[in-house]
Amino acid sequence: MERLIVSNETVLGLAPHIVFRFEEQRQRWVILAPERLLLPDEQAVEILKLLDGKAGVGAIIDVLAERYSGAPRELIARDVTAMLQDLADKGCLARVDAH
Amino acid sequence: MSTRIDRPAIDPPLALLAELTHRCPLRCPYCSNPVALARASEELSAAEWIGVLREAAALGVLQVHFSGGEPMARRDLAQLIAAASEHGLYGNLITSGTLGGSAEIEVFAKAGLKHVQLSFQDVAPDNADRIAGLAGAHGRKTAFAAAVRAAGLPLTLNMVVHRQNLRGLPDMIDMALALGARRLEVAHVQYYAWALVNRAAFLPSRAELDEATAVVKAARERLKGVLTIDYVIPDYHARRPKSCMNGWGRQFINIMPTGKAVPCHAAETLPGLDFPSVRDSSLADIWYRSAAFNRFRGTDWMAEPCRSCERREIDWGGCRCQAFQLAGDASRTDPVCALSPDHELVGAALAGAAASPPAFVYRQYR
Repeated sequence: MERLIVSNETVLGLAPHIVFRFEEQRQRWVILAPERLLLPDEQAVEILKLLDGKAGVGAIIDVLAERYSGAPRELIARDVTAMLQDLADKGCLARVDAH
Repeated sequence: MSTRIDRPAIDPPLALLAELTHRCPLRCPYCSNPVALARASEELSAAEWIGVLREAAALGVLQVHFSGGEPMARRDLAQLIAAASEHGLYGNLITSGTLGGSAEIEVFAKAGLKHVQLSFQDVAPDNADRIAGLAGAHGRKTAFAAAVRAAGLPLTLNMVVHRQNLRGLPDMIDMALALGARRLEVAHVQYYAWALVNRAAFLPSRAELDEATAVVKAARERLKGVLTIDYVIPDYHARRPKSCMNGWGRQFINIMPTGKAVPCHAAETLPGLDFPSVRDSSLADIWYRSAAFNRFRGTDWMAEPCRSCERREIDWGGCRCQAFQLAGDASRTDPVCALSPDHELVGAALAGAAASPPAFVYRQYR
């Protein structure tokens, strides 16, 4: 296995057996992973909701850049890529192959 | 303005450790099960466990770890996995991989199991089988790992390390990769129960520990994004105690085979605490209202040096069981802490383990 490197072209989805769901008791989104629980912050939740298995990371950055037109695109791109790379390194994300 | 003193709210537990049975084909001499093992006739029934799982989900538990003993010694395991999955609990199987193979794993995967943690005793088969006390165990585990991956389930390898296998650590990391694991736990033996009985046989020296730590550090860098390595050090060598269970009654609830509920798997050994059973109380009553779960919750119970320590909400006073085992009083600071007045007891244990390792006693029913 090789490390998944996140770039603009990468199409990402949740890795198999990762659960991303809203938790009623605590009224927040959680990521359930093997022997691990992650509590994504608001920004991370927004980004994860955009992973539809079709859009590349670059396209997701475009959507966010439009939503937050006050922030420079490069800054958004850097934050989003770093967040996704971190989740990929933790085994939570996997590449979605084009059909 | 109100002068009312706010009591800190108690959060619901995140995870439930379901110790389904103490039965196990292995006899590992560092087993974390109690020295007095429960018999099959005392175990909770499937219906009782299913009730526990339903209550756990309602309470806010997110993950359930099916453990033991060997949980696959229970013929109703698939039924329990399915019940957990139905209630939205993230199911993890902690197994020795010596009772069954692909047929069982396929059924578990279909029932909604999310992950398997498989233990190994060493990378060298002979030494692994000697420590497990079961001929052929290592070979069965290797086949089991392949079955887990073939069923499409993610795999964590759990390597319990100590002075009698630590030299093989670099090969253990290679083995984890070869078996298709995405996570590896390198867990130094923690000295409770059977491991405490056999402490001198397993406790590594400072030099051995440092060498292992360097191996893990280098492997983590080399294998970033490929293999996650969790590393648990033997806390006798630490300067500050571990945040045991992330605090008493804060995140974890453990149900023993007989239904007894405890904040950690070793807590049963503490005197003066009456641990409730799921046979008599609801899980909510146990978690929020039982005297045992409230006894060491938060920081109010602490004496000095914990009480005024800036780390009191980081390490929560360390481990209550260790305080009792080493200092004879569960409410004292964990003697592992260099600030503890009992810290010399840890130094004495380390000095006692400096000689060549004595023979160990295998886990067994007494």
